[in-house]
Amino acid sequence: MSNGNQQAPGTGSRSPRSGGGPVPATYSSSGQPTAPAPASPSRYQRIALVDLLDRLLAGGVVISGEVRLAIADVDLVSVSLRALIASVSTPGARGPAEEEDSR
Amino acid sequence: MADDSGIWMYAVADRMAPEWFRDVAGIAGEPVRAISAGGLSAAVTTVRLAEFGEQALRRNLEDLGWLEKVARIHHDVIEAAAQHGPVLPMRLATVFRSDANAAAELARRQEDFAAALRRVTGRTEWGVKVSARPPATVEGFPEADRSGTGGTGPGAAFLRRRRTQLTARDNARQTVAADAEKIHLALDELAVASYARPPQDPKLTGHAEWMVLNGAYLVGEEGSAGFAAAVHRLGADYPELRIELTGPWPPYSFAVVEELDAGPTGTGERQETAR
Repeated sequence: MSNGNQQAPGTGSRSPRSGGGPVPATYSSSGQPTAPAPASPSRYQRIALVDLLDRLLAGGVVISGEVRLAIADVDLVSVSLRALIASVSTPGARGPAEEEDSR
Repeated sequence: MADDSGIWMYAVADRMAPEWFRDVAGIAGEPVRAISAGGLSAAVTTVRLAEFGEQALRRNLEDLGWLEKVARIHHDVIEAAAQHGPVLPMRLATVFRSDANAAAELARRQEDFAAALRRVTGRTEWGVKVSARPPATVEGFPEADRSGTGGTGPGAAFLRRRRTQLTARDNARQTVAADAEKIHLALDELAVASYARPPQDPKLTGHAEWMVLNGAYLVGEEGSAGFAAAVHRLGADYPELRIELTGPWPPYSFAVVEELDAGPTGTGERQETAR
């Protein structure tokens, strides 16, 4: 990937796609965009892992068939949730929100 | 093909050229290749089954460091291909036993893949997450009545207070859920297709906030600016909610190949409307 520039959502021409990967932007209560990270010299914008795994583990084309190594029966999502929860449950890391239902 | 290697597939497109991946490191640092069959191409890398075979994957997917490394590479390769035209991302950890098997799958599912590619051509996936503060502290839904009026003792007062708390929380949840639904419908209007993924667990997001919408929207490229503007407007319309736009994404949430595709796991709903 040769591009290094981030493109704000919806700006400029995007043919066939603007480069650089998803750009997070937060619209806070003030309605002002707070977090479209500035264009980074790095090759790609660091995407939040949770957003990436959301898509990589539960999206994409699923090929189920004998040619695929038989991991189809592994619930990738629950596997990754276990890994992620383990990682955020380490001492010093932020714990789960006790009051909230896990939804 | 040696018995101890497998073929990791990243994405499928009408056509792929090896030079697209010259600057991209594949899984385990191995090169990304293009294989073609049935009028389609796939980006693949040869991987060692010692690390990417069934047993190894079960173990390695539990290792967050490993998972993140592989996920980011998978995504980078898909992005590299997407620079050149529409792609169908494969779910993480799609591994074939050989190039021949991978090619055979392309040829066998040619029409399904082609139809799925047509659906995403000229369109981009955007993500919109809507979060609220924990309902118990949402303004306008006061904590329980602490006066303890009525009842016959401290136990009854406690129960009454608790009931009031729970009712306030339920009301807050309902209000926020209704707002999230309105936001989703407003964005769906601007999209060719939408998909409400299961909200992310607060344990994973690291935010105590309550995620009420984790939507994916497939938007025509000419509509992307309008979509981002609409998200911005909604942020102003619902100041009590946090609205987050992510993207553009390769069409992870809309790379649906019919027939054998079990669809995304979880409780999300996919809506597609012909527009």
